Amino acid sequence: MNVYLDHAATTPMLADAIESYTSSLGIVGNPSSIHSQGQNAKRMLEEAREAVARSLGCDPIEVVFTSGGTESINLAVKGLYWERNAGGTPRPRILVPEGEHHATVDTVEWLERYEGAVIEWIPLDALGRVRLDAVESALCRHDDIALVTMLVANNEVGTIQPVSEVVALAVAHGVPVHADAVSTYHHLPIDFASSGLAALSVSAHKIGGPLGIGALVLARSAKVVPLIHGGGQQRDVRSGTQDAPAAIAFGIAAAHPIVPLTALRDRVITGVLAVVPEAVLRGDPVHRVDNNAHFTFPGCEGDSLLFLLDAAGVSVSTGSACRAGVPEVSHVLRAMGIADNEARGALRITLGHSTTEADVDALLTALPAAFARASRAGLADREVPRAV
Amino acid sequence: MKILAAMSGGVDSAVAAARAVDAGHEVVGVHLALSRMPGTLRTGARGCCTIEDSMDAQRAANIIGIPYYVWDFSERFKLDVVDDFIAEYTAGRTPNPCMRCNERIKFAALLEKALDLGFDAVVTGHYANIQADAAGNRELHRAADWAKDQSYVLGVLTTEQLAHSMFPLGSTPSKAEVRAEAAARGFSVANKPDSHDICFIPDGDTRGWLAERVGAEKGIIRDRAGDIVGSHEGAQAFTVGQRKGLNLGVPSPDGRPRFVLEVKPATNEVVVGPKEALDIAEIAGTRFTWAGLDPVASGLIAGPGDPFDCHVQIRAHSEPVASVARLVATGSGTELVLRPTTPFDGVAPGQTAVVYVGTRVLGQCTIDRTVSAVPVPA
Repeated sequence: MNVYLDHAATTPMLADAIESYTSSLGIVGNPSSIHSQGQNAKRMLEEAREAVARSLGCDPIEVVFTSGGTESINLAVKGLYWERNAGGTPRPRILVPEGEHHATVDTVEWLERYEGAVIEWIPLDALGRVRLDAVESALCRHDDIALVTMLVANNEVGTIQPVSEVVALAVAHGVPVHADAVSTYHHLPIDFASSGLAALSVSAHKIGGPLGIGALVLARSAKVVPLIHGGGQQRDVRSGTQDAPAAIAFGIAAAHPIVPLTALRDRVITGVLAVVPEAVLRGDPVHRVDNNAHFTFPGCEGDSLLFLLDAAGVSVSTGSACRAGVPEVSHVLRAMGIADNEARGALRITLGHSTTEADVDALLTALPAAFARASRAGLADREVPRAV
Repeated sequence: MKILAAMSGGVDSAVAAARAVDAGHEVVGVHLALSRMPGTLRTGARGCCTIEDSMDAQRAANIIGIPYYVWDFSERFKLDVVDDFIAEYTAGRTPNPCMRCNERIKFAALLEKALDLGFDAVVTGHYANIQADAAGNRELHRAADWAKDQSYVLGVLTTEQLAHSMFPLGSTPSKAEVRAEAAARGFSVANKPDSHDICFIPDGDTRGWLAERVGAEKGIIRDRAGDIVGSHEGAQAFTVGQRKGLNLGVPSPDGRPRFVLEVKPATNEVVVGPKEALDIAEIAGTRFTWAGLDPVASGLIAGPGDPFDCHVQIRAHSEPVASVARLVATGSGTELVLRPTTPFDGVAPGQTAVVYVGTRVLGQCTIDRTVSAVPVPA
């Protein structure tokens, strides 16, 4: 038995997406070629772009296919930063909430190190929500802001962010906003056209599409300096031969209706708190993504719990970033003011289109024993008796 | 049994894990994250803590077909090994961090966590043997391949730790066989070079690394009579037995080269003298452990104060020296006193003396004090 409850990492590819992916791998033709075979590939590619655009409420021309969420975020953040600094007025400042995904954190830190960017970190409250007063204050204090970038909802603790409020504030100051919707795509409705956003990043494999393809939605009015130069494909924003089969499968997944997961998620939350009363739900208890349940378990290492649940056939995540599998104390939980000792006991349970009640029940069955055993092993910084 | 294989990313631990699987055990591979910010070959790191090492370990686990996890021991490692290393050097002693890591991390924090999580034992790629005596008591012995023998750094293990440890490489006749076996098993690490350096000092420059952390202050160099014969840029840069780099202004009376005899961090002084003054006639320490039964229970001696013959090794790869050991009650406790039949060469306090009887590791002692074979001339 194997129960998969780590859909925020990646979710199983949908059967019809696999079918259209594999069958379209046989298509010969570079979408940029002029002959009829090229045109055929181009037609299928553009149909896919239209399907993705429909799922995001944007124009197809605004969809730039990339290699995935990380490239989309890099393109948006670096591209907007360079473009906003291309004229005479220097705008080195970037507004970034704490607790963003590493694709954003490492990108802005790279800009700080190599391009002279100044990072204005926006604090989170105890529920993981971006502090709007801090955003407003920063926008009022500084007239050298290149962009604002933020998650639509936190990818670890699931807290939904006040994106439209931030956009309203930023737009009033003429500052473009990029939203990282990788973890919320197909969990929260997105209407790019009415959002006021300059750019929005998504990834196909988080919604049942293939790995290796994502998209940056770039408003017609928004300008970015490209990361990748070459044949001028995709409005010169992202050169390189376009991957029609991956885009086709992405389009199929994007056309699927959103699967509501709130009831199953609440079954996880209620169930976990019932079988392990010591567990603490993290993130916003109300305004949270419908597939995310995040807890800390006092006196346990998250990696002990993960290991024991894995041995019991249940796949979950500690939620925090890994460098080559090295677990780090979550920077998100730290930003929420949670002490390292508590943060070490973090476990993220995320659901997806294939999740069943039986999956949730399997987790609830395995969890008490795992918790008891992990508690015995305790925290890594506990006192170990000396050999002498 | 349910076995946890500690996998460093090197060839030895990979083969050890594979042999544990072959022996019919249920094995899970675990790589220890010992650094909060693991280095990478890209940035010039080497040793056994890089991101590439973690990837090598995972790839080996994949090939063996066992689950693989990374467990974070970076804080414990900093506290128990790195900070201890700095503190020992600052106190003028010469610590062995690999030994400390075995004592506090691999066979303590890791082993305890493994037992708590339901494992029966930890398997590592160390070259040493665990044997049971007629009554079933576990003993630690040298590896079959004496050139690769690592029993010295395992001398800190206690009966309880030995009961839950497995060293499947201990009886292998040579390292070459282990490499050949790794190649036959398809491990990419079959020809990976052995790690030699202290893993948390990535460029191998121990002196520079220490100077950065404890600072360096000018001080004086004296001879054994107490006369000032030179000055130095920081006492921690010296190690007992060192000859080069002293830059003494005053020649020795007989014109012979002088060696570092003692490092005194409290006064930031270095003491030098003739080579023969490095000869040590006695070492002793109160911090000792037995790897299994103690000398009385082992039947070596009738009473705890009786002397017994043994061999003493003072470095990981030094020659064992025939010695007589005796436990002596002192005001503050019991001291293990070791007297070699021929003098030890250049021993520094803080080093570990491992006591052997035949191939068996009887125990170890952290050296607190030494007695020179050549008394200071009056």
